[in-house]
Amino acid sequence: MNTRMVEVRAKVLKQNDLLARDLRERFRREGTCVVGLVSSPGSGKTAFLEKLLAGLARDCRVAALVGDLATENDAARLRRATENVRQINTGTVCHLDAQMVDKALESWHLDRIDFLFIENVGNLVCPSSYDLGEELRFVLLSATEGEDKPLKYPTIFNSSDVAIITKMDLAEAAEFDLPAARHNIESVRPGMQVFEVSAKTGFGMQAVFDLLHAQLARARQPQVASTR
Amino acid sequence: MHELSIAISMIDQITEESENRGGLDVEAVHLKLGAFSGVDKEALLFAYELACEGSLLEGSRLVIETIPLVIYCDRCQKNRVPPSLYELSCPECGSPGQKIVSGREIEVASLEIAA
Repeated sequence: MNTRMVEVRAKVLKQNDLLARDLRERFRREGTCVVGLVSSPGSGKTAFLEKLLAGLARDCRVAALVGDLATENDAARLRRATENVRQINTGTVCHLDAQMVDKALESWHLDRIDFLFIENVGNLVCPSSYDLGEELRFVLLSATEGEDKPLKYPTIFNSSDVAIITKMDLAEAAEFDLPAARHNIESVRPGMQVFEVSAKTGFGMQAVFDLLHAQLARARQPQVASTR
Repeated sequence: MHELSIAISMIDQITEESENRGGLDVEAVHLKLGAFSGVDKEALLFAYELACEGSLLEGSRLVIETIPLVIYCDRCQKNRVPPSLYELSCPECGSPGQKIVSGREIEVASLEIAA
């Protein structure tokens, strides 16, 4: 049977990318610094975010969107720090996409929010394909997970801007090899900034706050090109 | 496993393309899939078949061309294929490669249409 070829050349995630671009422009216009968080389940994303929200809420207006397959548990935890928390239940979907973020932002006044955090579904594979319009993406790796996670999931580490090593208070007990972890991160994302923290003890959190404040200052200077 | 989401996005996009061109009888879809796209080829082939059921593309084939990861080496000033997906460095001089030239694609290249 005869066939003919029709050239298409269309990006499959074009709709998502276009919407993410619109979101990014909107965040810039409103002066909101938006940070995405990705990691495997159980790496301490919510504990880390709780500390970030509580720390930043002292002198900034903060908000968070939390993605999970089911339950409102994470949102309930984060509401201890701020009322501006919305849960996105994805059902069976293993990642957030730009449309879910756009919908979840409905009726929020972004111009009254300094920092918005978007906590993705715990998953180191799927979220890497979906741009959410965030200015910075943090990838979290806990000291209890092992040093080789970056090598096993290079795409998510490479698509992120900053790596956060969490649960550093457990590093010794878990025999976590910090130099190897740093080496592996550098291998999949050369030049990536790495922070070591413990949400439990507060260790290392100040450096993250400093980074975020610097990012907010940049977000409020529209003439300076952003990192993404 | 987001390959099902990817398959559904593909089908939506091709259906729209078909409508724009007055209806196409698609026999095969040619997809460029980057080795660094985060999408698994086998899982996508499986998901595609499922997602096609009852759609315009039911019975069509998905032909996937894998696009290798290519980085740009600043020192050599050349495009290079890194040693692996988890060592983004130049195979010749060993410098780290921060710029990805290709390997992230998830792109419908062309459609094979019954003539």
